[in-house]
Amino acid sequence: MKHKGRDVYMVSGGVTKFAKAIPNMDFRMRVKKAFDYALDDVHIGLNDIDGSVASYFSDHFQRQLMSGIMVQDYLGLTPKPSKRVEGGGATGGLAFQTGFEEIASGRMDTCVVYGFENMSHVNTWKGNEFIALASDTNFDYPVGGFYTGYYAMMARRHMHEFGTTVEQLAKVSIKNHKNALHNPYAQSPMNLTVDDVRNSPMVASPLTRLDVCAMSDGAAVAVLASEEKAFEMSDHPVLVKSIGTGTDTMRLADRPFGKVPLLPNERESDYKNLQYPGIHSFRAGRSAAKEAYQGAGISDPLEELDAIELHDAYTSSEIQTYEDLGLCKYGEGGRFIEEGKPQINGKVPVNFSGGLLACGHPVGATGIMQAVFMFWQLQGTIKKHFGNDKLQLSRHKRGLIHSHAGTGTYVTVSIMEAVK
Amino acid sequence: MTLNPNAKMEETQAGTEVYSFEPLVVKSHYEIDYIHSYAQDSLFFTSLAKKKLMGSKCKKCGYVYGTPRAHCMMCGAETEWHQLPNEGKVHSFTTCFFGSEEFLPETPFHLVMVEFEGVNSLFMARLIGADAEDIYIGMPVRAKFRRNLKISPTDVYFVPTEEAKGKGAKH
Repeated sequence: MKHKGRDVYMVSGGVTKFAKAIPNMDFRMRVKKAFDYALDDVHIGLNDIDGSVASYFSDHFQRQLMSGIMVQDYLGLTPKPSKRVEGGGATGGLAFQTGFEEIASGRMDTCVVYGFENMSHVNTWKGNEFIALASDTNFDYPVGGFYTGYYAMMARRHMHEFGTTVEQLAKVSIKNHKNALHNPYAQSPMNLTVDDVRNSPMVASPLTRLDVCAMSDGAAVAVLASEEKAFEMSDHPVLVKSIGTGTDTMRLADRPFGKVPLLPNERESDYKNLQYPGIHSFRAGRSAAKEAYQGAGISDPLEELDAIELHDAYTSSEIQTYEDLGLCKYGEGGRFIEEGKPQINGKVPVNFSGGLLACGHPVGATGIMQAVFMFWQLQGTIKKHFGNDKLQLSRHKRGLIHSHAGTGTYVTVSIMEAVK
Repeated sequence: MTLNPNAKMEETQAGTEVYSFEPLVVKSHYEIDYIHSYAQDSLFFTSLAKKKLMGSKCKKCGYVYGTPRAHCMMCGAETEWHQLPNEGKVHSFTTCFFGSEEFLPETPFHLVMVEFEGVNSLFMARLIGADAEDIYIGMPVRAKFRRNLKISPTDVYFVPTEEAKGKGAKH
């Protein structure tokens, strides 16, 4: 990084309860609820905000273009600066990082990042179609037209390459749905067994219904600020230490077979015979992690991170992402979950909130939801916001949030740190 | 000049389907025809009529793509059309039991990523002629082409080869 810019802090956040359909509130009202929650938490008002970033994925779900300005207008933020950021499933992560850049560059002292998605205006199958329009519409959509199908082929190749098993995938689903039992914002908290996951309807083999997240209506808001403003507004803001972003080809078919971009704790000899990324791994996730770790001075992520909220739209992606993030080596992701390392009481709890699998995935809100949950975790205020402290970790100094777009086309990683 | 205080909007019999009154939820329909250009990738689609699967080869670095792209992502140079072999192997696969609304009537269907000898990247296609439990990674497959074109990438699809049939029992 050439210029680091100013330090950026998160000062507050808000999330609506995600649900399959909440037709009595539109997207503007939903954002307003999360926004007011965030503002009330630090007793600030509209005058304290310099501008915003709008995060939503699809114009198709509501057949409304420029939904961003409708939210800006409803919240009373006009005529302040704002822009929409979009990048598929990573939209929230990208928008959060855009808010970071607004503060780091010195353009704004306080920036609100708001995200939302209203997916219930179409049925699930139409929703799948809209999401699949985020694959190449000349070559991929007409053939597969289904994101779970694409991820299923990636999962299958991961299993072939590394011996990952469907039981290991199921364990991710069990962990995340179980964590969500203590998260009042989650859409589908559940106590599950491996049999429950494997016996639920097959969506695209080997992924069953419980290996896949649901569509949701929801909104989330993060308030970011410069150091001076942050400490004016709050006694315990959380530092956004660094950001990283990676990309990969739109078509899964175009992914190269090259070498692994190594993290500081890896050697070339670890991956002598591995052709990378192929379709078994997310190169964008690795690039994003590498950049973010560099910015935060992290050389051994497993030892240096206390909590992770990652994009588990599929159980398989969570396992693949353990490896991209360097929590274990490529090929060891299945064992990583099997050994309990990402459990709430494990080495580094992953998706303590329940993740996308259990919280839901209103696309534009998701990446911001992760930031909010991580913010509360690092602040030590889970009890205040969840009404119970079951998910409050004893060590909560440094966390990582990870947002991911279709088949790993855009991936963001941001590192957050408690400052007291 | 017309200034008519008694003007009245014409009434029609067309109504709106209402799903619920509290809150008010109604049906809203949307449909569109696009004038969709395949542009620089057009030859891929027209070649399918000649039972040819066309990828691309970089004129500068020689990287061979299993898909059409006019410029190389490795070095940025122009590519040329490169005919792919009609036979390859299954690199990965899935059977979709659900899907997008458009493809629901076709479920369950198999998707495969195909790898070709001498080609650096893959090709995504449908596979027919195999039961889900008989498909395996490394299975030899052969491209087949529709006679009545739909001008869609599904004008090419894959089937197991005779060789795969011989090996099928092992898997």
